[in-house]
Parts: sequence; C-alpha cells; structure tokens
Amino acid sequence: MSIAVLQQGIMDTIQDKGRYGFQHLGINPGGVMDRIAMAVANALTGNPPGEAVLELHFPAGKYLFEAPALIALSGGDFSAAINGLAVPMHKLLYVQAGAILTFEKLRSGARCYLAVRHGFSLTPWLGSYSTHLKVAQGGFNGRALRKGDKLPLRQSAQFTGDRHPETFPWTAATSHLYHQQGAVRILPGACWDILEASSQQQLTTGSFLIGPHSDRMGFRLNGTPLRTVRKEEQLSAGICRGAIQLLPDGQLIILMADHQTTGGYPVAAHVITADMPALAQYQPGQSLQFSVISGEAATTALWQQEKAVRYLQHASQLHLEKWLLPYELYRS
Amino acid sequence: MNPDYVIHPLGDSAVILKWQQQISMAIHQEVMKTYYSLRSGTSSYILDLIPAYASLTIVYDAAQLRRHERIPGLQWMTAYIRKQTTTQATVSFPAPRELHIPVCYDPSLGPDITEMAASRHVAIEDIITWHSQTIYTVYLTGFLPGFPYMGEVCPALATPRRQQPRLHVPAGSVGIAGVQTGIYPLDSPGGWNIIGQTPLRMFDAAKADPCYCRPGDRVQFIPVTLEVFRQIQQEQ
Repeated sequence: MSIAVLQQGIMDTIQDKGRYGFQHLGINPGGVMDRIAMAVANALTGNPPGEAVLELHFPAGKYLFEAPALIALSGGDFSAAINGLAVPMHKLLYVQAGAILTFEKLRSGARCYLAVRHGFSLTPWLGSYSTHLKVAQGGFNGRALRKGDKLPLRQSAQFTGDRHPETFPWTAATSHLYHQQGAVRILPGACWDILEASSQQQLTTGSFLIGPHSDRMGFRLNGTPLRTVRKEEQLSAGICRGAIQLLPDGQLIILMADHQTTGGYPVAAHVITADMPALAQYQPGQSLQFSVISGEAATTALWQQEKAVRYLQHASQLHLEKWLLPYELYRS
Repeated sequence: MNPDYVIHPLGDSAVILKWQQQISMAIHQEVMKTYYSLRSGTSSYILDLIPAYASLTIVYDAAQLRRHERIPGLQWMTAYIRKQTTTQATVSFPAPRELHIPVCYDPSLGPDITEMAASRHVAIEDIITWHSQTIYTVYLTGFLPGFPYMGEVCPALATPRRQQPRLHVPAGSVGIAGVQTGIYPLDSPGGWNIIGQTPLRMFDAAKADPCYCRPGDRVQFIPVTLEVFRQIQQEQ
C-alpha cells in the first residue's frame, strides 16, 4: 500500500506545516513553501489542513500507485497526467492501483503539492513530518525521494460500489487565495530608516530578478544595489521567514522555509505572511516588485486569506461526505 | 525583573525584544530570564522563542491570534510580553549547566591552530591554554541545528573569519570567529578558524533533546590527546 518512485524528481520531499518550538536550538521550522497549496490539496482530500503532503519541484518524479488512492494536486501546474491522460489541478482524483502519475511540462508556479486522502504513513521527527535535509530527519528517511522508494500510505481508498470516478465534479477556486496584484507586499524592516532615500525608492518601485541560486532556504535577488547611510554592526539575532536581508554588496535575500534560525545581516523589509505562498511560486529568472503596506493591512490580508481557506475546507468536507459515503468504506 | 528592552516588529508574524546591543553576561542573563518567563507562559500563539546575545525573537501564529483576539498581533504580543515579564515575581530559571567538552587540538584536527600560533609568535600549547582556561557562555544556538555560539575568547585569541570559507568542516570541529568560539555539530561548509575537534556528538537526532548545548550553558574545554580523542569517539 504505497506509491513507488519510478523516476526521481529534482527535489521531491515530504513537508507539512513545519516544525515549531525548536528554533532556540538552531532547528529551523522548514515545512511547505506554499501553505495555501498544502491547505487546498488537503481540503480536497478531506485531510486536516496541515497534514503532510508531497512537495514537488519541476522536473518532478514519476510515480506508480500500488494501491488505489484519492489524491489532489495544488500549487504550481506541472501538467500532471495519469496513465498519460492529463488530469486537472485543484480537484479530487481517484487513482486506480497500477496507475502512473507523471508531470509533463512546467506551466506555472514553482512547487506542486500532492495530498493523499488519509495521508502518508511516516514517522515524525520532533513532532513534524517535514523533511529536514541538513540533519537528514523527518519526511521520508530525512531526504528527497529517489527512484525505488516506496512511499507508504496510511490507508488506501476503499470503494464498496462499482463506480470508480476518476475526477469528482467540483474544483477548488484558488486564485482569490493568492495576492494577484503583481507586487509582493512588504513591511519596513529594522534597517529601513538607514537606507538611502534612493534605495528606499528602489525597493518600493524597482524590479528585482530572482537569482539562479534561489532555493528553499532563500531567494537571492538581483537588482540595483541598495545603500545605507551608515554601516551598522549587528549582533546575531533570531530571524524569521519572509525577512529580506541586505547583504554587504547591497543585494537582497528573502528568507524562505529552510532559513537559518539566526542572522546577522541588517533586515531591509519583511514579506507579509499572506504573500509568502504567492512568493513561493516564483521561479528563478522571474522578476519581482515590492509594495509597502501597513501592519494593519497585512493582518487583514492574512485574516481574509485564512477565512477563505477555511470556507474552502468546509465546502470540500460537505462535498466529500455527500459523494464518498456511498462508496467509501470507512475503516477508522 | 527589569524589562530593560525595546520591542520591535519583525514583519507581521514575529517580534524582537532588544536589549543594549553588546555581548555581556549581565544582558544575556536578562535575555534568558525573559526567555524562560515567556516559555513558562501558556500562550498557544507563540510558536518559537529564539534567545540570542542581547535579543529574544518571538515567532507567533498571526492568523490564530487575529482569529481569537481581534486586535493587531503586534499590539496583543506587546501587551502579553510586558505582562508576562513584569508580573511574574520569580522566574523558574534552570541553573546553567556546566559542560566539560573534551577537545583534541592536534593540527590534524585543527588545521588553523598552527597558523594562529605562528602569527602570534607563540607555541601551539599557548593557544590551547588560552582557549581551554576560559569558561564560556553559550549565548545562542543557530546557523546549524545545535551550533553553540560561545564567548568570549581572550583578546589574544580573537581572530576574524577566514577570507575563504572551507567547503567542508567536519562535525565536532571547534572554531573561532572574532571573539566567539563554537562547535560545528554537523559536517558543513564554514568560515570559522578551526583549532581542534571534540569527539562528542554535538547533535544527535535520535535523542528527544538532540542538541548537546543549549543557550545559557557554561562550557569549559578539556584538552585531550589524539589517543583519548579516538577512544571517546569509539565509545560514542
């Protein structure tokens, strides 16, 4: 009862909402880069919002379902296909035993999420299923999936009737869950006031390119170097996801899921929490702009987003109960 | 307790408490008192507390906070932190642990010790004595899981980071960066000046408490020979 890896992707890992409570020991939370996509895929399959999912980067792996499963894909669109037939995103899909899932082409985004109803059967490390690559813990054997791995499922989809639907007749609307205005919204950081006026202007109106060495740890930005009116020596201090650090050469780096727990570089600004999922879907080479908003507006944006995700979860649950009860044998 | 700190927002999901920005035992004591006082609190909104030299970072669940409290996160956190750190008469504050960490300073394990001695016109033994006679405080763990930032080394030992970081520093390596000394818990690239290696495992994922050192600990290094180093390594 597992999903076998027929072909290895460049970076397919198990992630959940993150491993909190250990940053004082230098153990970073990690977790999914796009928590909205995780929540959507989990909502569609009827899982709790933070259940562990498979995070895929393109090119993603090729997967054989050794048992029937109910799955959902959300986040970046990698042109998923089951047995060569294209399947839609943001839908509940029934996959038969023996089916092969492939990802053909990068259409949009940077990270695609696969949730399986009832989740994966794995051992958590320090209370989380997130893969911690540095210490080789969590997720599947503490590492990215490789050819030959068998990702065990907690439970396969059990159908009592004859009908084996391939897709179910509803789709999660997701566009309103992400900020669509183009600019990534930020709040000023601790070194904002010592940025030269022209650099403040550059940060809020200029374009930045996501550099090739951007990964789950951080997005390195290329743009006109920013300058400060004076150099400030910083003592290392605890840092957080979304912080935009100013490097000595004037370039910026945005701390993402696998960021270090402490940092010594000055912080120019912070990406608001509500916009981290949208940011996570940017690819290296894409350009990016920032716009400053107020702390209050940031909280409101996050709150609207959380409410919308919750509505989706409820709606999904209602559909699931209506559709699955006649077919699925609940064994728990 | 004297809440002698200033609260700054770090975006919309974290705040930082900052004391006077210097490496000082007295200030760090305040940081740790505040850390333990907030740790003993019951707020489910707080996800992480990260004590450092002269600051404490608090990461919180902004969405849950907004959902239940209906006021901006920063405002709520500020009030909570002030209340939690001023109303508690006594903070249950575990006594700092005294850790003795064996270190072999053989140049085969501490590739920078020879250069460090040569540049100061002293013997390698002097470097060993200077490094091992001080009792250090673990001010923070960061950079890598379980990497202890300790201070301060005696002024004669203070050395800037290497111009070219090494691509591979073995786990257990003991290094110096500025006035700090630290131990690499895992194999990693790194720019600290490596003067020795401990056979102890600084990070063991199999343990419930996987890090050997934690902020607040007091550490003394015990010089050991290569022979003893290998022996302890085998016993691990």
